[in-house]
Amino acid sequence: MLEIKDLHVNVFGKEILKGLSLKVPPGEVHAIMGPNGAGKSTTSYTLAGRAGYEVTSGEIDLYGEDITGLSPEERAAKGIFLAFQYPMEIPGVSTMNFLKTAMNAQARTRGEKELDAAQFLRTVRAAAKELNISEEMLKRPLNVGFSGGEKKRNETLQMALLKPKLAILDEMDSGLDIDALKLVAEGVNKLRAPDRSFLVITHYQRLLDYIVPDVIHILSGGKIVMSGDKSLALQLEENGYDAVINQAA
Amino acid sequence: MSEETETLQELADRKYKYGFVSDIESDYAPKGLNEEVIRFISAKKNEPDWMLDYRLTAYRRWLTLEEPHWAKLHYPKIDFQDAYYYAAPKSDSDGPKNIDEVDPELLKVYAKLGIPLHEQEVLAGVQERKIAVDAVFDSVSVVTTFKEELSKVGVIFCPISEALQNHPELVKKYLGSVVPPTDNFYATLNAAVFSEGSFVYIPEGVRCPMELSTYFRINAAKSGQFERTLIIAEKGSYVSYLEGCTAPQRDENQLHAAVVELVAMDDAEIKYSTVQNWYPGDEEGKGGIYNFVTKRGDCRGARSKISWTQVETGSSITWKYPSCILRGDDSRGEFYSIAIANNYQQADTGTKMLHLGKNTSSRIVSKGISAGHAQNTYRGLVSIHAKADGARNFTQCDSLLLGDQCGAHTVPYIQSRNPTAILEHEATTSKISDDQLFYCLSRGIPTEEAVALIVNGFCREVLQQLPMEFAVEAQKLVGISLEGSVG
Repeated sequence: MLEIKDLHVNVFGKEILKGLSLKVPPGEVHAIMGPNGAGKSTTSYTLAGRAGYEVTSGEIDLYGEDITGLSPEERAAKGIFLAFQYPMEIPGVSTMNFLKTAMNAQARTRGEKELDAAQFLRTVRAAAKELNISEEMLKRPLNVGFSGGEKKRNETLQMALLKPKLAILDEMDSGLDIDALKLVAEGVNKLRAPDRSFLVITHYQRLLDYIVPDVIHILSGGKIVMSGDKSLALQLEENGYDAVINQAA
Repeated sequence: MSEETETLQELADRKYKYGFVSDIESDYAPKGLNEEVIRFISAKKNEPDWMLDYRLTAYRRWLTLEEPHWAKLHYPKIDFQDAYYYAAPKSDSDGPKNIDEVDPELLKVYAKLGIPLHEQEVLAGVQERKIAVDAVFDSVSVVTTFKEELSKVGVIFCPISEALQNHPELVKKYLGSVVPPTDNFYATLNAAVFSEGSFVYIPEGVRCPMELSTYFRINAAKSGQFERTLIIAEKGSYVSYLEGCTAPQRDENQLHAAVVELVAMDDAEIKYSTVQNWYPGDEEGKGGIYNFVTKRGDCRGARSKISWTQVETGSSITWKYPSCILRGDDSRGEFYSIAIANNYQQADTGTKMLHLGKNTSSRIVSKGISAGHAQNTYRGLVSIHAKADGARNFTQCDSLLLGDQCGAHTVPYIQSRNPTAILEHEATTSKISDDQLFYCLSRGIPTEEAVALIVNGFCREVLQQLPMEFAVEAQKLVGISLEGSVG
């Protein structure tokens, strides 16, 4: 359960989010759509706790707990996961090593036991198989030389292993052809669960054909201007953002 | 100060782990340097006359030399008279002996440093793999393990002072044959005053059955350490040798000027790995070891191979260029280096590959990491001589900068007198980006661990060259050395 209350956020001294409020109940998939510059990326970075995204007022609650002041790694341990629009390359660090470091770090922060090597391998292999990720890809340096599809499948793999309570998908479809998009969406859909919420941030309606949201919100000028069911996406596709937003105003 | 900054500050202030001082009563040579002191050292070691002459000749020459200033290093003038050139635990005045006779206080020091000196423990499987250790404390060797087992296959592994007693002909034949006493200011000083180090001799056709290692510890205040290591690999032999170093945390600078000579005959291979973790000085740049080292390997025989791997994380000043003379036809030299400089550390390090023989090849992979206010320079020479037909070199120098107060410099010298030579040089400079760091953080990996992960990835190619036990230690060390470097 995510609840954002009247959030105001400055980036480089400029106010980008101007009173964003939003509720995503457990088990639901909500989409945030909006024109360029509406504050979509700012929303995802602010939720993940990136430095430089300064919350001037308002609050972010995860299952009733105020997480507004927490560091990104603390939020991750509490169950926030951000699937990046452009996943970063880390030369020399194998995907396997990265996964292990992340899983163990989160376990430590939560005061849980780290996985032993055999458990870890079993878990990763099973999850990788589901996503059609080869053993060879797990050995390659993280995201280095990966295709767009491989990068996004890798993000999905991380999500599957880190088992977040709230998964934020930032423009998950960018850089993907239709086949790769289907594969990634399938992976995401398998991860839908009663105790997990999704926030799907996207510019285009296309992604929502594959990851079907319960609610769609339209973000414009730093706040939600309209919410509705998935038919809203089709309306946007047909008439464009301006027309729909003006109609709402 | 934000909470995050405070935590980082705490980490930055965390003390150097090996900075403790042990209360060991020591014998000293009189302070300063003169012929009397050299005679004192030579007498302490009960050396043959030719050795004393060798030292005195070197000393007289040293008096005529000037310190080199071509490196990108800045430090106050060193007062060579304001130091002790010999310091030895009193309890150990009779020299190295059986582990049961070693002063328990000294054994405690090594236990604290995590160095295995008890053969029984190693055999009982406390340690995963057998490693023979020569433990050098200030100017003397405390103990050398597995000597007997090694001697069964003809391998000699002992302190150099002991080799001078038991195998003087071998020492006389090879000492100074790679780094002559006239080589350079610090090598000449070392030739005059060296007091301990390891001697390794691998006979023809023998593959040394275990890793050999020397662990150097400086303990006494105001003392310098001048170690001398000599490794000879006869035809068709193989040895892997490791070297580790630590020192207490002190406000004054201490001098360490070592000379290491390697000789590889036909088809022989020497793999020499170093993890240098001398006290680096504090966050303000106060104290730390001045590390002026001459290391050189001579691929004397055909198809011989010498490989240097170094992880340099300590010392306030590092001046070090492990080199290979590729004399034998088809011989090969390798240099793999990670140099990390944090706070006010300065490192000027690299290699020289001198191609003399035909079809000789060399490979240089250097990874320099600078953080804080540190300056890190790669300085290297690849020289192809006129008769070195078909020589090949590949050089790769990568620098990583953490923060905006530090510097990375690359100074490659390439000389080719043979048109058949093929030389490649690649260099990159990069920074850890905020995006990379945030990506790690968002996965729950804390800042310090994220930096260590990214830097270890950057160094991976070199870390892979280290023997397994060392690689794990070195990876941790890379993380520790950079703590507090990203804010």
